[in-house]
Amino acid sequence: MSEVQTGRPVRAGGPASAPGGVAAGVPAGWEAVIGLEVHVELSTASKMFCNCPTRFGAPPNSQVCPVCLGLPGVLPVPNRQAVELAVRAALALNCKVATYSKFDRKNYFYPDMPKNYQISQYDLPLATDGYLEVPEGEGSRRIRIRRLHLEEDTGKSMHAADDIVTARYSLLDFNRAGIPLVEIVSEPDIATPEQARLYLEKLKAIMQYCGVSDCRMEEGSLRCDINVSVRRPGGRAGTRTEVKNVNSFRAVERALTYEIARQVEVLEAGGEVEQETRHWDEGAGCTRTLRTKEYAHDYRYFPDPDLPPLVLDPAWIEEIRRSLPELPDARRERYVREMGLPPYDAGVITASRALAEFFEETVRAYPQPKTVSNWVMGEVRRYLNEHGLEPEQIPVRPADLADLLAMVERGTVNMRAARQVFTEMCESGRPPAEIVRERGLEQVSDESLIERAVDEAIAGNPAVVADYRKGKEKALGFLVGQVMKATRGRANPQVVNRLLRERLGPPGTG
Amino acid sequence: MIAETAAAIRRGELRARELVESCLSRIASLDALLGCFLTLDGERALERAGHIDEELARARQHGGRAAGGTGGLKARGGAPGASGGNQAGDGLLLGIPYACKDNICTRGVPTTCASRILEGYVPPYSATVVEGLEAAGAVLLGKTNMDEFAMGSSGENSAFFPTRNPRDTTRVPGGSSSGSAAAVAAGLVPFALGSDTGGSVRQPASFCGVVGFKPTYGRVSRYGLVAFASSLDQIGPLTATVEDCALVMEVLAGHDPRDATSADVPVPAYREVLGREVRGMKLGVPREYMGEGIEPGVREAVEAALRVFEDLGCVVEECSLPHTEYALAVYYLVAPAEASSNLARYDGVRYGLRVEGGDITGMYSHTRRQGFGAEVRRRIMLGTYALSAGYYDAYYLKAQKVRTLVKRDFEQAFSRYDLLVAPTSPTVAFRLGERTEDPLSMYMADVCTIPVNLAGIPAISIPCGEEAGLPVGLQIMGPPFAESTILQAAHAFERATVGASWRRRGGEGR
Repeated sequence: MSEVQTGRPVRAGGPASAPGGVAAGVPAGWEAVIGLEVHVELSTASKMFCNCPTRFGAPPNSQVCPVCLGLPGVLPVPNRQAVELAVRAALALNCKVATYSKFDRKNYFYPDMPKNYQISQYDLPLATDGYLEVPEGEGSRRIRIRRLHLEEDTGKSMHAADDIVTARYSLLDFNRAGIPLVEIVSEPDIATPEQARLYLEKLKAIMQYCGVSDCRMEEGSLRCDINVSVRRPGGRAGTRTEVKNVNSFRAVERALTYEIARQVEVLEAGGEVEQETRHWDEGAGCTRTLRTKEYAHDYRYFPDPDLPPLVLDPAWIEEIRRSLPELPDARRERYVREMGLPPYDAGVITASRALAEFFEETVRAYPQPKTVSNWVMGEVRRYLNEHGLEPEQIPVRPADLADLLAMVERGTVNMRAARQVFTEMCESGRPPAEIVRERGLEQVSDESLIERAVDEAIAGNPAVVADYRKGKEKALGFLVGQVMKATRGRANPQVVNRLLRERLGPPGTG
Repeated sequence: MIAETAAAIRRGELRARELVESCLSRIASLDALLGCFLTLDGERALERAGHIDEELARARQHGGRAAGGTGGLKARGGAPGASGGNQAGDGLLLGIPYACKDNICTRGVPTTCASRILEGYVPPYSATVVEGLEAAGAVLLGKTNMDEFAMGSSGENSAFFPTRNPRDTTRVPGGSSSGSAAAVAAGLVPFALGSDTGGSVRQPASFCGVVGFKPTYGRVSRYGLVAFASSLDQIGPLTATVEDCALVMEVLAGHDPRDATSADVPVPAYREVLGREVRGMKLGVPREYMGEGIEPGVREAVEAALRVFEDLGCVVEECSLPHTEYALAVYYLVAPAEASSNLARYDGVRYGLRVEGGDITGMYSHTRRQGFGAEVRRRIMLGTYALSAGYYDAYYLKAQKVRTLVKRDFEQAFSRYDLLVAPTSPTVAFRLGERTEDPLSMYMADVCTIPVNLAGIPAISIPCGEEAGLPVGLQIMGPPFAESTILQAAHAFERATVGASWRRRGGEGR
């Protein structure tokens, strides 16, 4: 977290600066101006301009046809579902959707681009003027979105070396060629590397909520390019650089921190920042020049004569707007307002549609939101983190977790056992009752059984008992532990506590 | 003629195989001189014709449902292009051999665009028009010579060999559909497919003394036509008579879901209007097409044709298309601009010629320098320039604006006239080699046909007389989707001049 993030209510987009002083990742006396270009693959069944499937991970060149291979004579036909998803994305990002937009060709040579041009949208994009909000202190900050447009993805190159220049040969896979993308361009409203990450996290959550994309960065279904410059507070905007090849949210934060420091260092040494495209080297943790301004592409955009303008019926756009699901911000507020969750917890849970849905389903079966929230925030996330899983991959059914929580409430198992059961549920997928029974984890509340263990603990640890009687409250904990150990963790801790206190009398009475 | 031949085949009076054999034997004796064909597919044509004969014989045996014998021919049908207004597989062209310009994809048969860069390229799919013709029973004989990538007006830009004009083998057949026009003129095939971007069907039809039709943009699917200039390209038939043209058009025309620019407009039965009176029809003669630069003999032949129309009861008036003089300049910006992008895919990476060059950039430039001829390279450079940063507004954008003015000229003229009549080309066929060193004089050969492509309207070229023993073509232009009116007028003229001296001489080729 940044060191200083003064809490302000919603702050409109505008000149970006870290409010109030030094922000993590931005050297003192400087401000960073950051804009992000994000490519999101749309979750369509077929490609943007042909009927090929879009499944990830298929054998190379197994999901191709004459159209997406750009064979001579083929023509593109737009995918209606892709347009619909792009409109959903635009509306979820508060954009104005254009009823008239058009497709343009972006011309440049690259072997993984079958036609040596990419069908994109240039001067009349599908949507403009949106925003999203990221948390800032106690409030939030509005990051404006300049535009959102549709385009087709390229294929993938695998070079038999580090890059295409030094490779002896390269292999091409066109499965990805023609998969529909939206490119979402923010205004330079982002002031810190952390905000950039928060922007991406929010963007990902929104895309997932409205079913536009699964946004798996590791599968390349969400990709990000960075534009960044630095300046003195209130000073003139500096020259910006573009950073490519940032493949994770963490990498975005790291690359930005590095690049901001690099630019500041250049300027403080009296040099000038070159306008150029840089490449993030994840291994080395630095950016390197990819191409300078002189080698910038002239894409020679022009309207694609194979595709008529995209004319959308305003009624259809409204229909899509009405069909939008509850988005993360609204859901977070509802959790705070109606379920009494702490804002932080509500924010964490709603940041992922899958996590929020898991939470709500569990609450439906066990209507104690705070208890469920504690479990989701704690055990569920811990398990996901430890196993490198995404919220979509929670291995436990919400109904089973609800059952487990009910067992805790009834006193059938104690918390300690419940955690153990939960881990087993995750690993085996079996219902909790079965695990509890099989493992003999039912909580023992039978006082005669516990009494015996309590007596043994007191008899076997005279020194500790003496300590307790001298006023050492902590000594009681040790004795509780001994009883739990003797009952293999099954004793009801409240009963153990009560019995020990009864036997020992109040502390400090010795 | 084609209709009668198909009927004779259906009745069993003529065997489809015999017809193919006779075409092949005529090709064998004449084509070494003429150079119409780049690929002959005689064996497959004979096999398919034999199959048609067998099917028909079987159908005749089973209850005399001769026409129903095409059922088996429908197997590969389902051609979307044929789904428009006509019935696919109703055998309109049953057993009729045809030739296909080498820029239209034919599955399993080489499609080279007469270019080294696609030498040996065999497409894995057929153009919609080819599927439609097959479904209608037509038999593909081979692929015809052309100016490389349809860029040229004489046929001399073929990378392989030039085609000669059957009417005078020292002269060019026109282009770019040189082989198709010459093959029909020499009686090698009953009809052929061409493509018309700036006059490439009509101008060679004019030079060779045959009928050539450029339909409304969007009337015939472009799917499978190797793109030259996508906003101008249109496939059209070359035939011996207007009736044959109408018949083939019934098969070619129609909406194709694989071509987003194809029009979803019902296809009329074009042959129904043939023979109808043209009395009272208003014909405009744009003065810009009859003045300077038009050979006197051509002008005289066109004027004589106008008198024929007057005798038929048409109202013939001079009119003006004031922006005509800019059309050639507009065309040579728009067409090369689109071509520079369309031809970018020929890079040696996936198919066609590859010339190694050290690294990827070297491979690109070697492949393209050796693979493309001089005219293609010239147009790619022109087009790249017109789209470049800093020049786009002055060239491409300006050209598009003037294109709108050219289009508006026609709209205004068609508010007063049913059709416009003009020469197809300013001259008759010139000598081989006469213009190859002077691209501008070559470009002038299309000055009368180019405005039609810019406006996207339909136009036909029909023989209307002779100059120095060489055919003169009459161009009849109509408003969008007025194919029927054009065919009606063209057919009336053909009937009225059936005994003309120039027409008898023109018949010698067959």
